[in-house]
Amino acid sequence: MFGPELINWGLDPFQGVRGLRREMGRLFDQYLDAEPYPPVNIWASGDEAVVKAELPGVDPKDVEITVKDSVVSLSGERKAEEPAEGVVCHRCERGSGSFSRSFSLPFAVDREKVKASFANGVLTITLPRAEESKPRKIAITAE
Amino acid sequence: MKEEKDKQVQKSSKQISQAVETARDLPVFLPATDIYEKEDALLVACDLPGVDEKSLEITLEDDLLTITGTQDLSEPEGHELLHRGYLSGIYRRSFTLLTEVDRDKIKATISNGVLKLELPKSEQARPKKIQVTAG
Repeated sequence: MFGPELINWGLDPFQGVRGLRREMGRLFDQYLDAEPYPPVNIWASGDEAVVKAELPGVDPKDVEITVKDSVVSLSGERKAEEPAEGVVCHRCERGSGSFSRSFSLPFAVDREKVKASFANGVLTITLPRAEESKPRKIAITAE
Repeated sequence: MKEEKDKQVQKSSKQISQAVETARDLPVFLPATDIYEKEDALLVACDLPGVDEKSLEITLEDDLLTITGTQDLSEPEGHELLHRGYLSGIYRRSFTLLTEVDRDKIKATISNGVLKLELPKSEQARPKKIQVTAG
């Protein structure tokens, strides 16, 4: 990899540095692009918000959802499955560990009515909008 | 070579498989997989969130194991999308086992979005102890 760069030094002494910067940028892009764990999709209508998170292999008992005003927090742990003795691992890509994420919704949530369900490793949280935060129509009376 | 690798950089924490283009307009992802080997079996664990037993297909052709699972693609109706952290599509991945497997005894279960496969080794593929006798 040094070959062509050494030859070009006479023409552009900073080529190596530029290459390094490009490489670093690429490295950062890779990490900045990646969605933090767990990946989440959020939808909202006038009356409620829906949050879906992909949590395969996570026990619903190990997930905690908290709601305060318009902020939903999701935390929990994906436990590692300890393989039995005498087992060789050829590929270990499925990670484990604890996670925590918070999201700010566009409106305050009625926390008494929040519902969460877990199916096929996907967590779905339905968060109804708090009555107080809904826009109110004001009737105009003609005098 | 390096450019090629960069194209496969993870997007939204799922690795997109780009080897072949798909006929259906759905992204194809490589599911994160663990493969363990026991003395008498191969164990495969595969993260397939949003896939149920009906939308999952597992085939073993010669020693090529292929796992294909289509995710639940439904989205809440009448809602506006605020944030997309993951795409939904098809999980597909193939492995060459390199081990003779007893096809009749393969067990597959899926729960909580994780597929577990147990592929018992055929008699010939199991390690055999050879008794040494002193002569």
